[in-house]
Amino acid sequence: MTAGTANWSFTQDDFTAITESLSRFLGETKSLCALLVDRSGQLVTTVGNAPGLDTTAFATLTAADYSANDQLAKLVGENDFSSLFHQGEKESIYVADIARRLLLVIIFDSRTTVGLVRLRMKDEVEELTLLIDRVFSRGRSGDAPEHLLKGADDEIDKLFNW
Amino acid sequence: MINYASREINCKIVYYGPGLGGKTTNLEHVYGKVKPETRGKLISLATETERTLFFDFLPVDLGTIRGFKTRFHLYTVPGQVYYNASRKLILKNVDGIVFVGDSQAERMEANLESMQNLYDNMAEYGYDLTQMPFVIQYNKRDLPNAAPIEDLQAALNPGWEVEDASKHRVQPDPYHAGQNLVEQLPGGEWVERAPYFEAIAVQGDGVFDTLKAVSKLVLKALA
Repeated sequence: MTAGTANWSFTQDDFTAITESLSRFLGETKSLCALLVDRSGQLVTTVGNAPGLDTTAFATLTAADYSANDQLAKLVGENDFSSLFHQGEKESIYVADIARRLLLVIIFDSRTTVGLVRLRMKDEVEELTLLIDRVFSRGRSGDAPEHLLKGADDEIDKLFNW
Repeated sequence: MINYASREINCKIVYYGPGLGGKTTNLEHVYGKVKPETRGKLISLATETERTLFFDFLPVDLGTIRGFKTRFHLYTVPGQVYYNASRKLILKNVDGIVFVGDSQAERMEANLESMQNLYDNMAEYGYDLTQMPFVIQYNKRDLPNAAPIEDLQAALNPGWEVEDASKHRVQPDPYHAGQNLVEQLPGGEWVERAPYFEAIAVQGDGVFDTLKAVSKLVLKALA
């Protein structure tokens, strides 16, 4: 991909490891749903149950929300705010940074507490950071299957059939 | 970003340009024309007077390629000068850029300022606009005070020098017969220009041509 843009890809193994980790987290904290979102607003994966949630829009707004708060942090002299908490009447969300690349969003309700989510979040962030670092280090070393679209020009030309 | 697990290719395209140039109108037209099952919600973070405050966002599915669903995330930025902090945030991890220029002669200064701002913001992220998918749309071609295309091209798309000698060959502009995207100037210097399109976004003219062109460039950059 061209210089400067996001250049990384998830394999099935990455996906399985991330999903297992997030499922464990949801079970332990009795949270409803976890979303992993990249900092540009693209959804990486969703685990758990969020009926009716527009996950694409949710991912985009989460990234924008976090980025805006990142800038707010700098304005008050902080490097960043490592997590965000939005409290609702029934459901709340907790957002944490993963390796400065991704955001972990947890949606939870009154079956658990923000204290428990926050407490367990620290370990979860560490675990996911290790997994994500593996994805990025592979991206940089060039071992990732990057040539998916090689020679696919004809197929690309045929895509635009609205 | 390629997600092998969900078999998706996600790309981010940002519409950039001066305030009231028609960036949001481009997205609204796409939203209105593509089949509901191939697009998501159009999200607008706008002021009460419908000026873009943070961004507009529209996800569009282009179809399947090599078994992967290709989804484009279209964003606009707020055009007004004083929203630069939020404008810059939207450029993070961008895969392709559409610059929507306002053809009206009296908006030339605003166009130039916005183009310079785009280069500056991209450079701050370490992105090189000349090395990535980038197209220009000259909007509002129907207005009586629209400047001639030649003037707009000379001001906003004069071309950048091609230093790599292996790329020193004429590349015709597929969208404009008789014009070239890469060519040698009389002085001997080789230059490349961004593809450009004329548009009347309120009527939809040129909107899909622009989107198709930048989407193709993004996918071919991946290939």
